Amino acid sequence: MKENLINYTIHLADNALIMGQRLSEWCGHGPILEQDIALSNIALDYVGQARNLYQYAAELMGGDVTEDSLAYFRNDRDYKNNLLVELPNGDWAQTVLKEFLFSAYQFYLYQQLTQSKDERIAAIAEKSLKEVTYHLKWSSEWVIRLGDGTEESKSRMEKAIDEIWMFTGELFEASEYEKELIDLNSIKDKWNEKIAAVFNEATLNVPENKTWHQTGGKKGVHTEHLGYILAEMQVLPRTYPDATW
Amino acid sequence: MTGTEKISIEKIWSILKNVCDPEVPVLTIIDLGIVRNVRVEDNKVEITITPTYSGCPAMDVISMNIRMALLQEGITDISIKQNLSPAWTTDWMTEEGKQKLKAYGIAPPQYKQAVCEPEAFAKEEAIQCPLCNSYNTRLVSQFGSTACKALYQCNDCKEPFDYFKCH
Repeated sequence: MKENLINYTIHLADNALIMGQRLSEWCGHGPILEQDIALSNIALDYVGQARNLYQYAAELMGGDVTEDSLAYFRNDRDYKNNLLVELPNGDWAQTVLKEFLFSAYQFYLYQQLTQSKDERIAAIAEKSLKEVTYHLKWSSEWVIRLGDGTEESKSRMEKAIDEIWMFTGELFEASEYEKELIDLNSIKDKWNEKIAAVFNEATLNVPENKTWHQTGGKKGVHTEHLGYILAEMQVLPRTYPDATW
Repeated sequence: MTGTEKISIEKIWSILKNVCDPEVPVLTIIDLGIVRNVRVEDNKVEITITPTYSGCPAMDVISMNIRMALLQEGITDISIKQNLSPAWTTDWMTEEGKQKLKAYGIAPPQYKQAVCEPEAFAKEEAIQCPLCNSYNTRLVSQFGSTACKALYQCNDCKEPFDYFKCH
């Protein structure tokens, strides 16, 4: 029971941290200043959510575990994030599509978790939900703007869907530690509805249900991309473990 | 303070009234509504604060500033706790705080009805320009110089300004 809660809290934290770390790669490279700032703000929200979750996981685990040891001193096989969040940023279309697919998922997930029997998880979800609402609105607007935009922007969105869609199935495939803590089926229904509504407005097609999906991230089996993210994120604390700010 | 004098809760609140937000220094932490509780027991002071946003980088500095302000008044037994629920909302900002923001050039938050909804291209809030008071303004970006602000521009006086967005 407690082990499931620890693993689940770390899974939620890993999703937020890797999403935030990836998005922060855009800092200084956004297409225009306002959107650069938008992505940095969203990335900061994720890192904040990750901290709240890691702090809780560390308390549950006890001993010498801290939020920093969880973020900086675990290897890729210990990370439990969904494959979706570790995918490269790609072009602007891929970035906004990934953000949209993930924030729609997080929106309904945190909505449900505000009712969690675990008070601390419920509090973190309540706090995070307000932020995710902004992320979902922002990314929905970009999906519509590009999908229903020019020939070029539409073809980029279609290409992005082709490349990313197969990583969405994993979001709703419950791992052992999720089963007693979350009902992913009801989230999946709401998520499907949201994606269909926004894609419809964006004049984009939702891929067929039967598409094959890549899984493994929740169990620690990742794409080749995660190792590079961790290498960049962890190099300083691993090289100088005693360094402080 | 002398060893025998008892610390009153009022005294703590009055000290906290002088602690400013490091990112929007025109506001005190009381104006922002992030101090949720003050407890005094046997001269031990326990203060509960809540972050505006999960990733607000100012929280550590705010905790340190609270500690410094209390230490300067001779209060040494201090613990500062963070609480996430109920989640902070701009409704907790004081009226005085809203006036100060406007005078500082930041449009203060609207009332609760205007909280962000997830729907794309929902009707934008009519935000008043803090410089010329016109409502003829436009949203430039929902994300601004800090997590708690959005970027706007006034169509009349052309002033670009920050809006302390509803949350």
